[in-house]
Amino acid sequence: MGLISNGTTLLDAGALDSAAGSGAMTLIKTLTASSSANLQFLNGASSVVFDGTYKEYQFHCISIHPASDGEPLTFQVDTGTNTNFNIATTNTFFRARHNEGDTISSLAYVTSYDQAQGTAFIRMNGGVGNAADECCSMILTIYEPANTTFVKHYTFTGSNYQDNSGAEHLFSAGYFNTTTALTRIQFKMGSGNIDSGTIKMYGIT
Amino acid sequence: MGLISNGTTIFDAGAMEAGGGAMTLIKKLTASNASTLTFVDGASSVVLDGTYKEYLFTFTNIHADTRNAEWTVNFRDGGSSYDASKTSTFFQSFHYEADTNAALGYRTEKELTNETSAQLLSFENHEDADCNLGGMLNLFNPADTTFVTHYTSRVNFSNTFSQEAYCAGYCNTAAAIDAVQFAMASGTFDGVVSLYGIS
Repeated sequence: MGLISNGTTLLDAGALDSAAGSGAMTLIKTLTASSSANLQFLNGASSVVFDGTYKEYQFHCISIHPASDGEPLTFQVDTGTNTNFNIATTNTFFRARHNEGDTISSLAYVTSYDQAQGTAFIRMNGGVGNAADECCSMILTIYEPANTTFVKHYTFTGSNYQDNSGAEHLFSAGYFNTTTALTRIQFKMGSGNIDSGTIKMYGIT
Repeated sequence: MGLISNGTTIFDAGAMEAGGGAMTLIKKLTASNASTLTFVDGASSVVLDGTYKEYLFTFTNIHADTRNAEWTVNFRDGGSSYDASKTSTFFQSFHYEADTNAALGYRTEKELTNETSAQLLSFENHEDADCNLGGMLNLFNPADTTFVTHYTSRVNFSNTFSQEAYCAGYCNTAAAIDAVQFAMASGTFDGVVSLYGIS
């Protein structure tokens, strides 16, 4: 059954029409980790849309808790149906830190966390603590992954409970140096499983 | 009454089920010479519980009535006091209208070390008629009772300079955060704070 008001279709075929003003931020997929080696979003699989439907995508990583102490949350992308997750990237990385022992207070660029045309998984933070109450929460934005003319930019920021018992505020930006459309993304810890946590994927109209 | 289209429930029981947008305005509070603005789960239509894993507060035209007032936030983790223990970072960038100074730097005196006092989000707010601040605060998974609760904020305010303040940290408790309070450390303020739930 559809619903038409004043000549405008508000909903039909089980979905709201764009004319209904349903909001510019659409939840595409929620993945929940449970001792998971990785979490991945693949265009066209499991209701995931990661193509030209949206010009911007966001990934909200909430309460990510590692199995192994001190491992960072990381991500990489790939094209087509490839499974290597090794697209060349160049990025920047800086962070603010302050530990509970009050012996560290700093704002600094971290050269060891950036990449220069690297293909490794991209580090999102310092080591995440794996004590019972420790975790990180991060937001990653990828711009126009389906574009076949330009490189693809990304930014991420977030807050981390470091394994050395302190707060870490993260900032990074960079680009995937390819003009091939990106179709998939994978998140994992530097080593060991994602013990628990949620990653939500959004499309921004 | 619900509405089902092609086998899909579009809305029911007063809530949208399909495609309602992932960012929901929960509550907008307007301050007028106010000492505080407070969002309490379950009061005045405020939802601040496990309904959403992420909440966003936006600050619009927040105007301090007192010179050099500090815009702050604190969190309730049980009881009635806004005194959750917090560890955080704080840094800023600024640039004077006269172009006489511009810098980026960490501010140790603005950070918290497992302290229960309010978290400063910006400082040196000016009471001149056209001065104000704008920005946002993200609060992650406040209803969780296993992990600490992370927050991040970014605020820009006008004085005789533009100053951007960045803060992030965590409420160092596994207790649920069920209320959030904003205030100037001194004096009152005007402006709007809006609360959104991110589905």
